[in-house]
Amino acid sequence: MRLTLRETLLAFRRAPLLSALSVMTIAFSLFSLGLFVLVAVNIRDALQQVEERVEIRAYIADGTPVEALAAALGDIGAFPEVARADGISQEEALERARAELGEFRDVFDAAFLPASIEVRLKPGFRDPETVSAVAARIRTYPFVDDVRFGEEWVRKLYNIRNLATAAGIILGVAFAAVAIIIIGATIRMAVLARGREISIMRLVGATDGFIRRPFLLEGLAKGILGGILALALTYFAHSLISRTLVATRFFDDRIIIAGIAFGALIGFLGSAVSVGRHLRRV
Amino acid sequence: MIRFIHVSKEYARGGLALDDVSFHIAKGEFAFLTGPSGAGKSTILKLVYMEELPTEGDVRVAGVHSGTVRRAEIAQLRRKLGVVFQDFRLLEERTAEQNIAFALEVTDAPRASIATKVSRLLTQVGLSSKANALPRELSGGEQQRVAIARALVNDPFVLIADEPTGNLDDRATRGVFQLLRDINAAGTAVLMATHNLELVRRSDYRVIEMNRGQIVYDSAEAAADAAVDGRSTPA
Ligand SMILES: Nc1ncnc2c1ncn2[C@@H]1O[C@H](COP(=O)(O)OP(=O)(O)OP(=O)(O)O)[C@@H](O)[C@H]1O
Ligand SMILES: [Mg+2]
Repeated sequence: MRLTLRETLLAFRRAPLLSALSVMTIAFSLFSLGLFVLVAVNIRDALQQVEERVEIRAYIADGTPVEALAAALGDIGAFPEVARADGISQEEALERARAELGEFRDVFDAAFLPASIEVRLKPGFRDPETVSAVAARIRTYPFVDDVRFGEEWVRKLYNIRNLATAAGIILGVAFAAVAIIIIGATIRMAVLARGREISIMRLVGATDGFIRRPFLLEGLAKGILGGILALALTYFAHSLISRTLVATRFFDDRIIIAGIAFGALIGFLGSAVSVGRHLRRV
Repeated sequence: MIRFIHVSKEYARGGLALDDVSFHIAKGEFAFLTGPSGAGKSTILKLVYMEELPTEGDVRVAGVHSGTVRRAEIAQLRRKLGVVFQDFRLLEERTAEQNIAFALEVTDAPRASIATKVSRLLTQVGLSSKANALPRELSGGEQQRVAIARALVNDPFVLIADEPTGNLDDRATRGVFQLLRDINAAGTAVLMATHNLELVRRSDYRVIEMNRGQIVYDSAEAAADAAVDGRSTPA
């Protein structure tokens, strides 16, 4: 193990430029991925805040019997998606409107404002599909005049989030592929540069696994370094955006660890693919 | 110990290097491989340490069969045999001592045992005073001694030598050859390819002579034939 570590450090000292290049490629591939994930995370945060405010409002026809309304409230409150359903009478609606409008309160007349049912959904049931489905079910009550919810913009936000996630994944995969290829090339050069040493190792009976180990470790180390560098770059971008454009949230620990692990995986895969192929040739 | 059974070898790029070769090397035997350049001597040695596998026939070395061998087994086999070459194949940036230790390190030998083993081997090949010398600071003969010491780290049952004296002057050649004889006297078989007919003539070891990929003379068979002839000849 100590020998493996020594060999790995030696690899960095032997080809510092090449090592730096492969660390940079991993860093930039993860950085581009990181930016998109950052956007996706912040959109998701925004969505979550919006989602908390998602409510369905069903306007009730004038003259609906109180018993029918109470029964409907009970029914709707028992929907699996629904957190709570409150009945708002005409008077209450008027009160609220007056409270919100302040000095203009007197222009309102109870007759303008219909009674309604205010429905709040449980977390996890606030996506556009579920909201529409619940709204449709509420609409089936004969005394419900109209059902409103912020359909348009809930949908828009979801679309933006999905787009950002997809773009991030596609770009991330593309850059990861480039990083794997570059790591592969640097490992190839490292293998060729050490061809003589490797052939001697073979001759005296070193196993393939033993010969491969320092190269894999080298790839792993480069991947982790690249991941950390990418994280630093992303953090820098994040603080720049937060200072100049909008306040954004940075990654939580889980995403940070996942990012570094992804870097390690790229480095490891790049070396594994390359070293397997080139070792057979020396 | 080492057995070739109707072995032919054709390289992917190149013609037939070995053509139906059969022989057997017994435990503790010393055998020369001779013959003109391109006869197939190195090819035979490569088949023994399984750097190459036969195109036809079967090579059997210490219970390992070329027909069924897996890569991992080849690594294990190489720990049981030593190989030296004309060009020594030492690592330039490592000292004599480190070159020998390298063979132990890369086979995951227990660390504690390495130092004593290395110094014992350096003494055996007569180089204990040059332990810290780099290969470029050693003469050809001394470098070959380091290579031989490295080949002996795992107490091999056979030492394979491909023209070990090819780059050495007469004096160094005699020294290295004497070392090989001593190693053989201690029980290790030696299979040595050489162009040096002087060495072959001066010793009475077995000689296998090759030409164009075939065995054209084998002193062991000649002796057996002579014995058979002797018996069948009426007194
Ligand atoms: N890797 C290879 N690929 C193709 N042909 C090869 C290869 N190695 C050897 N040969 C050919 O096989 C034949 C036997 O070569 P080999 O090296 O066994 O000869 P040799 O008896 O050791 O010769 P020398 O005395 O010059 O070392 C030669 O014709 C050579 O050109
Ligand atoms: Mg040869």
